[in-house]
Amino acid sequence: MTLNAFLFQVLNGLSAASGLFLIAAGLSLIFGVTRIVNLAHGSLYMLGTYIAYSFATKIGGVTGFWGGIIATALIVGLIGALIEIVLLRRIYRAPELFQLLATFALVLVINDAALWLWGPADLLGPRAPGFRGAIEILGRRLPSYDLFLIVIGPLVLLALHLTLARTRFGRLIRAATQDREMVGALGVNQAVLFTSVFALGALLAGLGGALQIAREPANLATDLIALGDAFVVVVVGGMGSIPGAYLAAVIIAEVKALCVGIGVVDFGFITINFSKFTLVAEFLVMAIVLIARPYGLLGKAQGAVRSIAEPEEPLRPATPMLKLLGATVLVLLVCLPLLAQSTYFGSPYLLVLGIDVLIAIIFAASLHFIMGPGGMHSFGHAAYFGLGAYGAALLVKWLGLPFGAALVAAPLLALCGALLFGWFAVRLSGVYLAMLTLAFAQIVWAAVFQWEGFTGGSNGVIGVWPPPPFDKTWVYFLLTLALAAIAVLALRRFLFAPFGYAMRAGRDSPLRAEAIGIDVKRVHWLGFAIAGLVCGIAGGLFAFAKGSISPETIHINRSIDGLVMVLLGGVQTLTGPIVGASVFAVLQDTVMRQTEYWRALMGAIILVLVLAFPQGIVGAFAALWRKVGGRT
Amino acid sequence: MNDAMLKVESLSAWYGAARILYDLSFEVGRGEVVALMGRNGAGKSTTMRAIMGMIGQRQGTVTFSGEDISRLEPYQIARRGLGFTPEDRRIFSDLTVMENLDIGRQPARQFPDGAPAPSWTPERLFALFPNLAEMPHRPGGRMSGGEQQMLTVARTLMGNPLLVLLDEPSEGVAPLIVEQMANTIIELKKEGLSILLSEQNIHFAELVSDRVYVLEKGQIQWQGTMAQLSGSPEIQRTYLTV
Amino acid sequence: MSASDSSVLELRGLTKSFGGVHAVRDVSLKIGKGEFLAMIGPNGAGKSTCFNMINGQLAPDSGQILCEGKNIAGLAPRDIWRLGVGRTFQVAATFGSMTVIENVQTALISHARETYRLWRPAASRHRARALDLLRQVNMQGAADRPSRELAYGDVKRVELAIALANDPKLLLMDEPTAGMGAGERHGLIELVKRLVVERGISVLFTEHSMDVVFAFADRIVVLARGRLIADGDATAIRDNEQVREVYFGTGKTFARAPA
Repeated sequence: MTLNAFLFQVLNGLSAASGLFLIAAGLSLIFGVTRIVNLAHGSLYMLGTYIAYSFATKIGGVTGFWGGIIATALIVGLIGALIEIVLLRRIYRAPELFQLLATFALVLVINDAALWLWGPADLLGPRAPGFRGAIEILGRRLPSYDLFLIVIGPLVLLALHLTLARTRFGRLIRAATQDREMVGALGVNQAVLFTSVFALGALLAGLGGALQIAREPANLATDLIALGDAFVVVVVGGMGSIPGAYLAAVIIAEVKALCVGIGVVDFGFITINFSKFTLVAEFLVMAIVLIARPYGLLGKAQGAVRSIAEPEEPLRPATPMLKLLGATVLVLLVCLPLLAQSTYFGSPYLLVLGIDVLIAIIFAASLHFIMGPGGMHSFGHAAYFGLGAYGAALLVKWLGLPFGAALVAAPLLALCGALLFGWFAVRLSGVYLAMLTLAFAQIVWAAVFQWEGFTGGSNGVIGVWPPPPFDKTWVYFLLTLALAAIAVLALRRFLFAPFGYAMRAGRDSPLRAEAIGIDVKRVHWLGFAIAGLVCGIAGGLFAFAKGSISPETIHINRSIDGLVMVLLGGVQTLTGPIVGASVFAVLQDTVMRQTEYWRALMGAIILVLVLAFPQGIVGAFAALWRKVGGRT
Repeated sequence: MNDAMLKVESLSAWYGAARILYDLSFEVGRGEVVALMGRNGAGKSTTMRAIMGMIGQRQGTVTFSGEDISRLEPYQIARRGLGFTPEDRRIFSDLTVMENLDIGRQPARQFPDGAPAPSWTPERLFALFPNLAEMPHRPGGRMSGGEQQMLTVARTLMGNPLLVLLDEPSEGVAPLIVEQMANTIIELKKEGLSILLSEQNIHFAELVSDRVYVLEKGQIQWQGTMAQLSGSPEIQRTYLTV
Repeated sequence: MSASDSSVLELRGLTKSFGGVHAVRDVSLKIGKGEFLAMIGPNGAGKSTCFNMINGQLAPDSGQILCEGKNIAGLAPRDIWRLGVGRTFQVAATFGSMTVIENVQTALISHARETYRLWRPAASRHRARALDLLRQVNMQGAADRPSRELAYGDVKRVELAIALANDPKLLLMDEPTAGMGAGERHGLIELVKRLVVERGISVLFTEHSMDVVFAFADRIVVLARGRLIADGDATAIRDNEQVREVYFGTGKTFARAPA
């Protein structure tokens, strides 16, 4: 690549950085004040692209385009305000992770709303009036609209900086970021402050989306992509730091632009297409930054956030009642193959559903192990599922490993991955840990997706069926059941053993735990590894149950599904993940078959559950039980 | 006592299932300094938070300068001229001294009878707290505990309150600072402010308070003038020591 | 190690600065066996920084921390704990999701190096010993209550039981009576003093309650702006003009003229 070509790519990167910055700045502001990680932020950005497209094409001309962009920003800001008032205001007191669930439900609902309103096709907007041409720079033609975007980013940065530093509104935002309750006690109406911050964040996301229509088509996949980008930028820059967000946006956009610019390079012994590395690159940058600077480039260590969530009850051994219930369920499940064969209400599908549910239970229980007692909120549990599934499938495909050996190798591979990633992850905490785990999962996913020769790329690996007798669904079901029961009981046993106590001690008070000789990082690292190992079992079982494995089954969606399962059941209970996984898997398998708009339906169900069971299903029943017990 | 600034009638409060306060009733008169004394966990801080509307589960009536404020949000209560200085200070550590003061700023206000309430500017507060005047642009996080204690009081005063709830101002600071805090309270009283003080340090309370309510297990166990409490080692022994 | 023979802990020229600001400057002192030593001084004088260096949360810029003659400066908190240095925190920290006795058991499990055991339930381990420790701090009645439900004064007692789990030689107590009423303060310190005498433990504690300091401390050291400005018994410290100026003031907000 010549120097000119290089500099040209730098300019390209700068224009992309503006878009990244707009969405990331909004996400950062909202998180700072409301402490809500708004997973729907990418959806607001996507709405921006669609609404601006409609203005630009329906009204058209200068008014439709430029007026439309401003109108879009305002409309999306308004939508943000509505979301805050109608939904978020009800859940500020819920555990933080529960708020994630609610905003994830919004992602599903907004995505289907866009599908319904605008249809599934990509929609490319018109060129920007006044910026249709291109300018000759460094011997190449750079669209003048890109130059406009390059300027927009720093302008918004400056405006935001001045607002935060010089205005009372800005000071209130900064104060509320630290202690919202105290701000209220000093006479500031927090509700108005929260709504306006959320609206401002949404407005920035909408503006970012609207500005993209002259460059890229509006697309239904934009929401999660934009969300992922925004997360990376915010975390790399440092949560809450607006200049950090711009710096990070520039770095990430530049790295991506350079990957594209470098293109295919022949190293003699190997040919690497760098333009395909854009997916991995941003997550690699994030991982490196977080390892070197745990709070991002310009971020500061977060002070202890005032916890308003209900504290956790001590672990009590299973009551005779619970043991009886567990044994009953187990016996019923063992009998399920007979039931499936009965003519009256049996169906072979019942066993397939049963296998799905059991795999989900292993997956959720292993995630809960580190999320609940370990306090490590992994957003990338799909990585260990993927390592297990792909490990088993590829060992069968390339080495011809027998079924049993592959099933044993799956968790071991996942364990290796968890040991490697976990070593870095336990050095962080809170949102940063969540994001680093997400980054690792994305790296695994991207590697699988792009290493076509070995993994089959987007087609995945097919034809990995278990040998007889496990090819019979009922036999495979019983195998899965046995492994699920062992996994769940073993994890439970670990939690009641000294190791589980040490893990909880490290979560409750790291300072105190270290002061009584517990190596908190190492304990949490081993916890992370155990969770990875058990999750690998689920992955291996999954590959053979479906006979195939593809990148989409280990995408970010699966990580989020896991979170939903754990939170749905209740993160503070040991039976929660089992119930949550069962409910979720059944809902997914049934609801998905009913309607084209399954996402919206799923989202609506999650919202109802969030508003009705803020402690998770099992948590809610446990509370009810205590109440009833207390009265009698 | 003439017109009560703050009147609390059968105030109860809960944290989850645990009841913390049991039907508390007490008053603070205009220009009066009243101390809520009692051990840790007796319910002093909870009483203050309940008055400020910062506890969801509460019952009873709180009347402030003639108006029922029991159903109001904390910010609405603050806007009626009730200032709150929490025990743990809660300074905005990223904000400078001046910025912290600005967050507390509210318009000047009047007493119910139309007399103007003392109104505060950063300049006046710097005269009251000379230490703060030396560091107007220092971030709150880089101040010592004693300086933060002064800033939290100054920040509350920026709201031009009629009455201040002062939660354990002597807690965790050096004796020298405690003494300055006592002088400040005496100054504020001279300005006509009412103060409800929660305190465990009897020596400190003696210097500043007119009357005392002793709290134990969320109930008022004893009430009287500060002089009565000072003069009776027996009462002190009964209610203030284990 | 001749000089430190009789001392459990010795600080030599301990220095630490943060971003150019000296938090602790050239502090040297010794704590003898069984000594009850108070460290007082204005807020921000460097007391907590000193503590955090002794128990390993911070590494000193220079200077030595000798624990029975062995330099422990820069070791991790958990390693220093294993050498017999216990610690309680200014804001009492217990494990909120555990019962009172489980808190103590967790410390005993760690002391017995059983932390990484995965199978046998923890609830049965060291229960008798844990109960015994709770009895010593008068908390045996609350053994099976969730620790987060305890009143603050009781949390402090549980924390003390946790700190005693490894039979420490030296106990570091950062404002042990912060947030307690006058009576409770005396109760807790009396308890500590008794344990100290019974077990021959040395204690270094910081405190703002002068009543407590004058009533219980064998010796008092005063820190101001990171430097040690006085070291002596109660009478000497009370009469020290410099200490009066930077810390006590007129003394009217604490004890009425301690005898």
